[in-house]
Amino acid sequence: MPSKTHVQTTINGEQVDFLCEPRQSLLEVLRDVIGLTGSKEGCNDGNCGACTVVFDGRIVTSCLVLGVEAAGKEIGTIEGVASGSTLHPVQAAFLEGAALQCGICTPGFIVASKALLEQNPNPTEHEIRFWLANNLCRCTGYDKIVRAVQDAAVRMQEA
Amino acid sequence: MATTEYARNVVLSSKEYDVVGTRPVRPDGADKVTGRALYGADFNASGLLHGKVLRSPHAHARIKSIDTSKAEAHAGVLAVVTNKDLPSGVDGGVRDLQRNVLAADKALYRGHAVAAVAATSPHEAEEAIALIEVDYEVLPAVLTVQEAMAEGASILHDDLRTDEGGVKGDKPTNVAEHFRHDLGDIEKGFAESDVIVEREFNTATVHQGYIEPQVASALWNTDGRVHVWCSTQGAFPVRDEVSRVLGISESRVRVTPMEIGGGFGGKIPSYIEPVCAVLSKKAGRPVKIVMTRREVFEGTGPTSGSHIKIKVGADNQGNIKAAHAYLAYEAGGFKGSPVGAASQCVFAAYAIPNQAIDGHDVVVNKPKTQAYRAPGATNAAFAMETVVSELAEKLGIDPIDIRLRNVPKEGTRRAHGPAFPRIGCEEVLQAMKDHPHYSAPLDGPNQGRGVSIGYWFNVGFKSACTISVNPDGTISLIEGSTDIGGSRASISMQAAEVLGIRAEDVHPTVVDTDSVGYTDVTGGSRTTYATGWAAYNAAEDVKKQMIERAALIWDVDADSLEMVKGVTRSKTDSELKMTFKELAAELNNTGGTIIGSGSLDAGGLGTGGGSFAGNIVDVEVDPETGKVSILRFTAVQDAGKAIHPSYVEGQMQGGSVQGIGWALNEEYYMSDDGTMTNSSLLDYRMPTSLDLPMIDTVIVEVPSPSHPFGVRGVGEANIVPPPAAVAHAIHNATGVWMDRLPMNPAAVMKANWSK
Repeated sequence: MPSKTHVQTTINGEQVDFLCEPRQSLLEVLRDVIGLTGSKEGCNDGNCGACTVVFDGRIVTSCLVLGVEAAGKEIGTIEGVASGSTLHPVQAAFLEGAALQCGICTPGFIVASKALLEQNPNPTEHEIRFWLANNLCRCTGYDKIVRAVQDAAVRMQEA
Repeated sequence: MATTEYARNVVLSSKEYDVVGTRPVRPDGADKVTGRALYGADFNASGLLHGKVLRSPHAHARIKSIDTSKAEAHAGVLAVVTNKDLPSGVDGGVRDLQRNVLAADKALYRGHAVAAVAATSPHEAEEAIALIEVDYEVLPAVLTVQEAMAEGASILHDDLRTDEGGVKGDKPTNVAEHFRHDLGDIEKGFAESDVIVEREFNTATVHQGYIEPQVASALWNTDGRVHVWCSTQGAFPVRDEVSRVLGISESRVRVTPMEIGGGFGGKIPSYIEPVCAVLSKKAGRPVKIVMTRREVFEGTGPTSGSHIKIKVGADNQGNIKAAHAYLAYEAGGFKGSPVGAASQCVFAAYAIPNQAIDGHDVVVNKPKTQAYRAPGATNAAFAMETVVSELAEKLGIDPIDIRLRNVPKEGTRRAHGPAFPRIGCEEVLQAMKDHPHYSAPLDGPNQGRGVSIGYWFNVGFKSACTISVNPDGTISLIEGSTDIGGSRASISMQAAEVLGIRAEDVHPTVVDTDSVGYTDVTGGSRTTYATGWAAYNAAEDVKKQMIERAALIWDVDADSLEMVKGVTRSKTDSELKMTFKELAAELNNTGGTIIGSGSLDAGGLGTGGGSFAGNIVDVEVDPETGKVSILRFTAVQDAGKAIHPSYVEGQMQGGSVQGIGWALNEEYYMSDDGTMTNSSLLDYRMPTSLDLPMIDTVIVEVPSPSHPFGVRGVGEANIVPPPAAVAHAIHNATGVWMDRLPMNPAAVMKANWSK
């Protein structure tokens, strides 16, 4: 077994230390080393978006980032989206708008949608579809997801 | 809060409900938007080992020997298994299942599981499978039904003989079955026809494409019981399959269904569950296997590619006089394609007096095909609907009018035997015709509009449910249907309606196979229908017992009481009444809580009449590249009664988009040696948000004659019409009739050049 590297990083605002092998992806570290299983593995090659996390302000597919690359970075996962027991407006809009069916892609969509609305508080339908094109959903046909992001934009502006 | 505008339902039900038809938040929603919901891959257990499966690099090969000694000696490895670790002497169906989960003497497709390893980390397991030495004798592969049916074709199974209506053939073949359904006299019908259209179609193998790969964990415990945790559409069917593959009784297997990340039919069969179990038996520790995406494509059921010929004759008024269908469907490496279901759907949207349908189930060197949302029907509808649209054009009849002219109704006889009960085909077509989309102008060159209709059954099958009443007036509902798309909500709402409580007062839990009665798969458009019905029965049982308890408390005859909208009251004494909550609070002091149960077999394949779905679609075809863009899409479907309209719309939208993917992009792109060359989600091109417009929905409600609320299952019919509707729209944009799926840019350009 290859020797492990000590990595110090920040996840959802908390300082986290972990040991990982150089070959382990950030997704594997989040899920199997740290126990944050909210980020999902759908393809492990960056094409489905179920493992989307925020990485120093940018959204990335965590399966394409190595665990050791997290050193000194700020990571945001689905577990950090809600504030305590209060859902983020994006989560509330997905939930109330029936924008999930099986729910496996939902964490990735919520992380990506929140990042979009933080950059662009009033996106057009096309901008939403373009931004979310790296997140695959096989259940919904995207209609209710796009509507939920539109709804969340309104909620965030009203807040 | 922003509001969403919903299309008005076309409601034909005259009944009013309090809970049914509303849109409450789903009970499992909070966990699913916060990342807390536990799916198969999120399972962990003390001492958990990680398994990997070695898969055949050849599409067709004899396995001469397997040497696992180097893998066994690899660091971290605790167990290695092959087919020899499964019990022998099982009967035919179980033998195929065993040989699919671990190949015996032959690998029948590239990706066929050959051996498996359990190790202390997935990386060590992956290193170890690379050390297994397999001596293959590579054989020629057959990859399409035409190749497999050709004279002199390479034979997959030396002992396979064609079943011709129950009579076995006498020579080796790849055609597992040929059957024929007849109605009337097709020769006479074609002779009476003024116009006949006859066309031939080919459709590619496609995958269900659920985002969560298959995953399973198993512990073979020291007490001899096997516990399986997996993502499945049916915990009980997995229990039964695992017990058969392992040669132990069902009660020795306990299956705990984790949350499931999509299935669409593909997560009904077992693949890695029994493999985890035998690895666990050898290693003495729990074992988990998570498939990679490539394994999902190469090693799990896609649905059939097909070769279809349709011939339809009609008189000058558009009355269809006769129709013949030739359906040849890929079964993959083992027999059992959905051609039987296809044969019962191909002409379902038409009342045709003279019909014949020939079906062929054909083994090919691809993964064993599995159900995919209305299995078999989409291929068949693509062919039939395209022919009907061409017929309408030839006769100068509006394409919806020709369908209305031949519409099936209650009593319409079908070629495979039964007649339809009350169905909503006509209402769906009428709703399409009335929709503003159908009369809206197109606004540019190279654009076209298409329509089509499709049918799928409402399977009944078995479901069970128990309900216990809590002192605060809520109920706990225990059920066995894994929830893929909001069925906890639609099942809970039916119980709430019966008991006169709010949807939010029902706490549903999907439990393991030791904890609820036998429940069939979440599939066949049956869950809201049949498990909802079991919940209805359980709620009726609770209602009866609540009335009896009130009678005990008041010391009156139970027959003098009734429960209306949750209030238990005397029919004669207006003083005697208690709300559901008040009575619930008394239960623990008057004999203990009340537990109601419901269990039923809701019928077979054709129960309740099934559901029709229709589409109107506008496309634009790029004349330079052949790329087809979907401009506008309207989905119409008969839901019987929409319990939770948002999730009915969701099924319609999701099925429509899977149908669009099937129409335009998706296919197993095979090399000549049988390798799928696009086994990633980059190259197997499923629709993204950017490829699509909003999917408008119209829910039609023609109540099912059999279900207490009139529910018709809505999960599947919606995938059936899109490919034909898109093909019709492409025709109206370009003048060509497409005869293959997918209709990707290359196919559209080729068709354009040869017109």
